[in-house]
Amino acid sequence: MTSQVAATLQKPWLDQAENPFVRIHRVTKKFGDFIAVHDVSIDIYKGELFCLLGGSGCGKSTLLRMLAGFEEPSGGRIEIDGQDMAGFAPYDRPTNMMFQSYALFPHMSVERNVAYGLLREGVSRAEARDRTAEMLKMVQLERFAGRKPHQLSGGQRQRVALARSLVKRPKLLLLDEPLGALDKKLREETQFELIRIQESLGVTFIIVTHDQEEAMTLASRIGVMNDGEIVQVGEPVEIYEYPKSRFVADFVGSVNILEGRVTEDEANFIRLGCPDIGAEIHVGHGFSCTLNQTLWYAIRPEKIRLTRERPEGRHNNAKGVVEEVAYLGNLSIYRVRLDSGRVIRATKANLSRHEDGAITWDDPVWVSWDDTAGVVLSA
Amino acid sequence: MPRAQAPGMSAPALWRWTAAPLARLGLSGRTLVILVPVIWLLVFFLIPFLVVAKISLSEPMIAQPPYAPLGTWDGLRLTLDLNFGNYAFLLDDPLYLNAYVFSIQTAFVSAALALLIGYPMAWYIARSPEPRRTLLLLLVILPFWTSFLLRVYAWQGFLRSNGVINNFLIATGIIDTPLVMLQTNFAVYLGIVYTYLPFMILPLYATLVKLDDSLLEASADLGARPVATFFHVTLPLSMPGVIAGFMLVFVPAIGEFVIPELLGGPNTLMIGKVLWGEFFSNRDWPVASAVAIVMLVVVVVPFMLLRNAQARAEAE
Amino acid sequence: MMRRSPFLPLICIAGFVFLYAPIVSLVVFSFNESKLVTVWGGFSTKWYGALFRDPQILGAAWVSLQVAAIAATVAVILGTLAAYVLMRFGRFRSRALLTGMVTAPLVMPEVITGLSLLLLFVAMEQIFGWPAGRGMTTIIIAHTTFAMAYVAVVVQSRLTGMDQSVEEAAMDLGARPVRVFFDITLPIISPALVAGWLLAFTLSLDDLVVASFVTGPGASTLPMVIFSKVRMGVSPDINALATIIIAIVGLGVGLAMWVMVRGRNRDKAVQRTE
Repeated sequence: MTSQVAATLQKPWLDQAENPFVRIHRVTKKFGDFIAVHDVSIDIYKGELFCLLGGSGCGKSTLLRMLAGFEEPSGGRIEIDGQDMAGFAPYDRPTNMMFQSYALFPHMSVERNVAYGLLREGVSRAEARDRTAEMLKMVQLERFAGRKPHQLSGGQRQRVALARSLVKRPKLLLLDEPLGALDKKLREETQFELIRIQESLGVTFIIVTHDQEEAMTLASRIGVMNDGEIVQVGEPVEIYEYPKSRFVADFVGSVNILEGRVTEDEANFIRLGCPDIGAEIHVGHGFSCTLNQTLWYAIRPEKIRLTRERPEGRHNNAKGVVEEVAYLGNLSIYRVRLDSGRVIRATKANLSRHEDGAITWDDPVWVSWDDTAGVVLSA
Repeated sequence: MPRAQAPGMSAPALWRWTAAPLARLGLSGRTLVILVPVIWLLVFFLIPFLVVAKISLSEPMIAQPPYAPLGTWDGLRLTLDLNFGNYAFLLDDPLYLNAYVFSIQTAFVSAALALLIGYPMAWYIARSPEPRRTLLLLLVILPFWTSFLLRVYAWQGFLRSNGVINNFLIATGIIDTPLVMLQTNFAVYLGIVYTYLPFMILPLYATLVKLDDSLLEASADLGARPVATFFHVTLPLSMPGVIAGFMLVFVPAIGEFVIPELLGGPNTLMIGKVLWGEFFSNRDWPVASAVAIVMLVVVVVPFMLLRNAQARAEAE
Repeated sequence: MMRRSPFLPLICIAGFVFLYAPIVSLVVFSFNESKLVTVWGGFSTKWYGALFRDPQILGAAWVSLQVAAIAATVAVILGTLAAYVLMRFGRFRSRALLTGMVTAPLVMPEVITGLSLLLLFVAMEQIFGWPAGRGMTTIIIAHTTFAMAYVAVVVQSRLTGMDQSVEEAAMDLGARPVRVFFDITLPIISPALVAGWLLAFTLSLDDLVVASFVTGPGASTLPMVIFSKVRMGVSPDINALATIIIAIVGLGVGLAMWVMVRGRNRDKAVQRTE
């Protein structure tokens, strides 16, 4: 029972009684004939770190700009902390935004940049100075208070932008591709920095990103967007392991998608006839479907085994030839062409530095997987 | 974008004082900001043309101002005296037609010459390494900041029969009798190319400096010789600059007055000079107005339409 | 790297000789003893003395400076407003009209601008009694009108190049539109305002045609006086005047360069302290 309470505390979206902090209700945005955001509804809870994930032009930034007040929705409602935001200008909203370009004021010093929002709020100069100093300390930029933005490195600018958007203690912080302009190593460090700051301040974050790894690392929950619509909302594990559609499975991570027809439909298993692998796929759980219905089976490359010998059992395996091997250091990616002509991707962790008799180019191999390794998709 | 709302306490005081009374009249700050430039340009740019059009339709007469009223208002009805005589006069006298043709021809030739000189200069500047590039660009702009009139005057000193060029040529024994250069069409071309050359170079430079070096290298790599690269890659990509530069020389040159007046001869009849003469020497305001209206319709309007079309094409 | 032919630097040098030879000759002959501006008769500064004793030229120069300073200032205000409205206000009813009226003066021949404004002023005087007579006021209005178009172009290009999210960031941090304009937009576009002001000032100082149309008795600008002298024939004091103008411009540009270079070096120095 206690653990149940703890779980809902950490995962408020599971608690029916909890009121969402940000309620996006059937929001649509049109630019002329173009529909940028179509009928999107999401509830986001206090203290969440919510990621909007999608390719470019999917409407995620437009949605963020509607939360900040730079765009008015063409239809639907946005509530923040129980208040309808319609008609509220950006300067009257309890939100702050961190811009993709950082949008630092080029003619002001770091200190004045950070203090700007406080002074607009009517905070006294002395208090603004203290709070600015405190904020700069948190992002470790005390030494740079007098610098102009163009005298800073990319990572430092990013931290100024973060400090500036947090100093007003907004109820909701909106971050537009916050790590997009940083190089890979700095990005990884900053991700954990963001999580630390978010947890210590307890601010609700909404982050827009196109980088699925970033979303997986940062998010409490992810909302995947495509063509202006939300296609799935869920925790990172859910999105990765239980995608609801081929789009999500394919967009988040790498996946093999096999098409098949239902040949057996039982309470605790189903079977799919799959010409692509020249065998049947055995799925170890029930799925509501009808005989002969076309379904898709999505299986991640790391869940596929490669063996030289034929595995046991009649299902979930196929024979082929290794067509390509890509060595990535920590793992290797294999492209296996099955006898049917279909190519399957499989990965293998490189557990030792050198392996005798390792599978390589042109080797005949068997691919196989467990009956719980993949996901059945109807869309 | 959210609309500009009535500013509150944090707005500058000036704004509060002006906006508050106007807001009571139903004008938002936004509308007010739009209206200021719109009204200024309406009154001092657009309406003047209507006045010119009106006067071009009235009879000249010796009076102050020297034209007849366009109509009479007898308290009951308005009688309009529309007089197209001024336009008929322009058609009758070949002087005007010749002046229009000559102006366009002169402007075209000068712009073409300026392009031929300006393009290599712009190219060279755009390809120069950084400190030199800024310096050369500055050298191109610098003459513009000194008086235009004085620079044309300097050419008078160069071109006259006892001027710098003739003195030099005679002193070195190349010629015996001075060349006649001042008061010729040649001098007018020279003057226009000289004064408008910076306007040709700047837009050309602006497009050429943005030209990616790797495109030229790619062209060379694919087997194009420098001349082929120029015609297939450089020139097509710099066309916006070519067109902009050509227009910046051609359009103002058509209506040029100072250069034909100071460097040209009595038969250099450019339309700007003719209009000036009608107005200041003949004091024939209605004919001068008619000349202006024809110039506007024949020359300026087509170029404005062209410019708009180009701007729209670029926006897409 | 493309092969460099000697043709380009040569034509470039020739081009600069073409641009600067007349200017150099103006300066050289301003120190000429002889009254003939093209024959060297020994060094003298007497034409400078003559220039400073000529009340007509001094008066005209004063008129021109006042006109140019006022017209440039008003043109910067109006031109900036026009550019800001066009770039940031989205759609409004008179948008197409304003766009047309802002770009048209750039291609309008001076004779037409001059004539049309004069006829307007005459008509206005007949109808409203204002402006009573013509002179400095009418020249200022005329110069403001065509110069604001140039200012608008300069400011518009600066606004286009400016990252608009900076303005959004200010708004996001609680600044209202007027505040955003004065705190953020104006400081960022201020180099364009300075450039626009200098451009407007120069255009006004340089204008002969429009001023000749719209002026009245008693208000002669410097170009008008120069023009009447030049039309009469050579006058070495004009060379002296040209030399002074060139010196002022040269000094101004040199100063601007120095400030720019110093600023750049300071930035470099700061970055080195990392």
